[in-house]
Amino acid sequence: MSQPNVVSIPRTGAVPRPDAIRIPLRDIVPWAIFTTLLALLVLFFVSTEAGAVSLVSDGLVHEFVHDGRHLLAFPCH
Amino acid sequence: MMRTLLVRGMLAGLAAGLLAAAFAYVVGEPPVGDAIALEESHATASHGDAASHDDTASRGDTAHAESHTHAGSPGHASESGAAPESGGVPESGEDGGHEHGDDALVGRGVQSTIGLATGVTGYAVAVGGLFAIAFAVAQGRVTTLRPRVSAALLAAGGFAVVVLVPFLKYPANPPAVGQAGTIEDRTALYFGFLALSVATAMVAVAAGRAVADRSGAACGGLLGVGGYVTVMTIAAALLPAVDEVPDGFPGSLLWDFRLASLGTQAVLWCALGLGFAVLAEKALGPETAPSPEKAPGQARDGAPKAARQ
Ligand SMILES: [Zn+2]
Repeated sequence: MSQPNVVSIPRTGAVPRPDAIRIPLRDIVPWAIFTTLLALLVLFFVSTEAGAVSLVSDGLVHEFVHDGRHLLAFPCH
Repeated sequence: MMRTLLVRGMLAGLAAGLLAAAFAYVVGEPPVGDAIALEESHATASHGDAASHDDTASRGDTAHAESHTHAGSPGHASESGAAPESGGVPESGEDGGHEHGDDALVGRGVQSTIGLATGVTGYAVAVGGLFAIAFAVAQGRVTTLRPRVSAALLAAGGFAVVVLVPFLKYPANPPAVGQAGTIEDRTALYFGFLALSVATAMVAVAAGRAVADRSGAACGGLLGVGGYVTVMTIAAALLPAVDEVPDGFPGSLLWDFRLASLGTQAVLWCALGLGFAVLAEKALGPETAPSPEKAPGQARDGAPKAARQ
């Protein structure tokens, strides 16, 4: 049932199907940069701050998110 | 459109983060608490010879003493008989409990509730944003399936690439496992392996898509998945292992913690994928809604039951 679907896509895939939404890359890129920067900042504080690298040296952020860091499988201490 | 998707990705991430935090609190906090109790009783923190009877005796005490400070530690020291020489060594105090108990800026009660929820939810929102970007790039390029099917597949793949594969090589460790001196190395190895996994997956997807256009989806899929698995297996075999579980650390506790950690991530990615699938289907709905009727291939071959919602 899924087989004809999977196979049929590549054949028409060269010309994008009219019903397959494709957001132009130039619309994505600015948002991608913005999101990536913001996300990396958040992820840094959740995952690494005051562990291997310290920006805010008092370790408050580290202690606050400490259990989340362990349970999200990041190296903590 | 991109802004809508992004907002929805972060909303799905928020919901997923709250669910994952609830899971982490219920399933993950008990092993974390036990591990911290062990750590603070010096049972395993590089003192393999410490008498374990004393430690199990004091374990109950430290477990409920949530914001256990150094000022209060004379009582703690007298409880564990082995404490005089090990408690007197400054570095054992430092690598022991600097985050959880001794000089706690944030008490355990906050760490295990609001702190946990904030950390997990913050992570989930950030991942949700990145997920929306990845979806926007993949939809119509890597996959021409319905938005919600693409979103679900992307979440499954994301979980495997971002969580499962790194976890298999460098599994999560509870407090008390891991030497303080190697945190830089362990962090570099973990993030290096994670970055390699993501980069390899992106190349594998692009290569698989290109081959699928020429030789069919089966070839493309096999090449993509096979290539990714091969590269990551070789990398995992070459990169150094991290094995810092102290002597005497209970194996069942380690297992419980790691299972809880993987479970937290699984809940997060499942909820993110399913939540975003619903929201993305709605966001792209006006354009896609008439198409199942117009394009018979899509309507018939896609999930017929699901197509009716
Ligand atoms: Zn820790």
